[in-house]
Amino acid sequence: MERHLMDSKIKGVSTGTTILAVTFNGGVIIGSDSRASIGGYYVSSKTINKLIQVHDRIFCCIAGSLADAQAVTKAAKFQISFHSIQMESPPLVKAAASVLKELCYNNKEELQAGFITAGWDRKKGPQVYTVALGGMLLSQPFTIGGSGSTYIYGYADAKYKPDMSKEECLQFATNALALAMGRDNVSGGVAHLVVITEEGVEHVVIPGDKLPKFHDE
Amino acid sequence: MTSYDLSASTFSPDGRVFQVEYAMKAVENSSTAIGIRCKDGVVFGVEKLVLSKLYEQGSNKRIFNVDRHVGMAVAGLLADARSLSEVAREEASNFRSNYGHNIPLKYLSERVAMYVHAYTLYSAVRPFGCSFIFGSYDQDDGPQLYMVDPSGISFGYWGCAIGKAKQAAKTEIEKLQMKDMTCRELVKEVAKIIYIVHDEVKDKAFELELSWVGEVTNGKHELVPKDIRVEAEKYAKEKTEDGSSTL
Repeated sequence: MERHLMDSKIKGVSTGTTILAVTFNGGVIIGSDSRASIGGYYVSSKTINKLIQVHDRIFCCIAGSLADAQAVTKAAKFQISFHSIQMESPPLVKAAASVLKELCYNNKEELQAGFITAGWDRKKGPQVYTVALGGMLLSQPFTIGGSGSTYIYGYADAKYKPDMSKEECLQFATNALALAMGRDNVSGGVAHLVVITEEGVEHVVIPGDKLPKFHDE
Repeated sequence: MTSYDLSASTFSPDGRVFQVEYAMKAVENSSTAIGIRCKDGVVFGVEKLVLSKLYEQGSNKRIFNVDRHVGMAVAGLLADARSLSEVAREEASNFRSNYGHNIPLKYLSERVAMYVHAYTLYSAVRPFGCSFIFGSYDQDDGPQLYMVDPSGISFGYWGCAIGKAKQAAKTEIEKLQMKDMTCRELVKEVAKIIYIVHDEVKDKAFELELSWVGEVTNGKHELVPKDIRVEAEKYAKEKTEDGSSTL
């Protein structure tokens, strides 16, 4: 029996995944699961990090082909770092997202990776940008992505509120990841969360058994 | 002395590159252009000498748009200036394409300066014979003013002048309290300064080219509207007929 998954066309290791980013009052939370799979049958890594730091206050989460995503983020990290040094100031989140977008769009034939860029900058504060597979760039207050995201669109749309506090936002993100990981077989492992504010960057890791449970008995 | 000034790739014994200095002389032969930064914007004024009565009014522009939010006033060899304005436009456009937002003026000015500097290194090419003044306005960074000269350096200014009467213009600019002025007030003062430094004897007719970018134009660089320009010229003529000219 063939199971059709969102990224079943991807050869090799893919991040059948759940990723999200949510703005709150004063910052942004970016989160992901930690499972990497091959063909949807074999879990090649239970503890992979899908949250890549591209600059002091800017993170990216990756979905799709892991190899493609790593190559693109490596190139983007270099470009953004160089740009920031030339500008003599921290890069705008929009600039970082644009760099990713240019890489994705110009190489769309070869690549199969999508990204969520989130961060904080002095000009516009906390922001979230989606860079889709073909290179579309979109700014949103919050966004979800990856194969697991299909199971939580309803939850996210219903429960998101603008201007949440940090604690409310952490609860929202944790719940969303837990629900997705609970239903999507290619998402799982631990929940990685990064809280980005003007003051700094805080990593939160929630092991699978400590995630909120929803009728799991 | 003669052999040290033949190419830009030769220093003189006292450490000068004569070709670059000669390029700056080309700028000094051109008519004056000034740029002043105020509280909420930047105003440019250019004394455009009319060499022939057959010229169409408003032709031979000396002020260019580099990007929506950036203006550029030039002095020196106009052909050089026009080709450099294309270079500046491409820089601004590429930046926006790569990074998704308006190019910061400091960065644009440095990039153009780097380009101009490259032409001062080799004997196969000659340095650009023009200086320019860049100005922009942005909601967050406010008004910015930068000047690039043929040697390839760029500095930020509150007010600067280039061209034949730059010393006299600088003296007039220094009298202004530009940090407390608005664009509307400054437009009149810029017109007045151009009228003051214009030499009635040596150069006959001239056209005043005025442009601005600031809160008053919502961050868009454009030529000053006709009615405001007419009013500014009227003010300038009154003030200079008073005999208050300092030339």
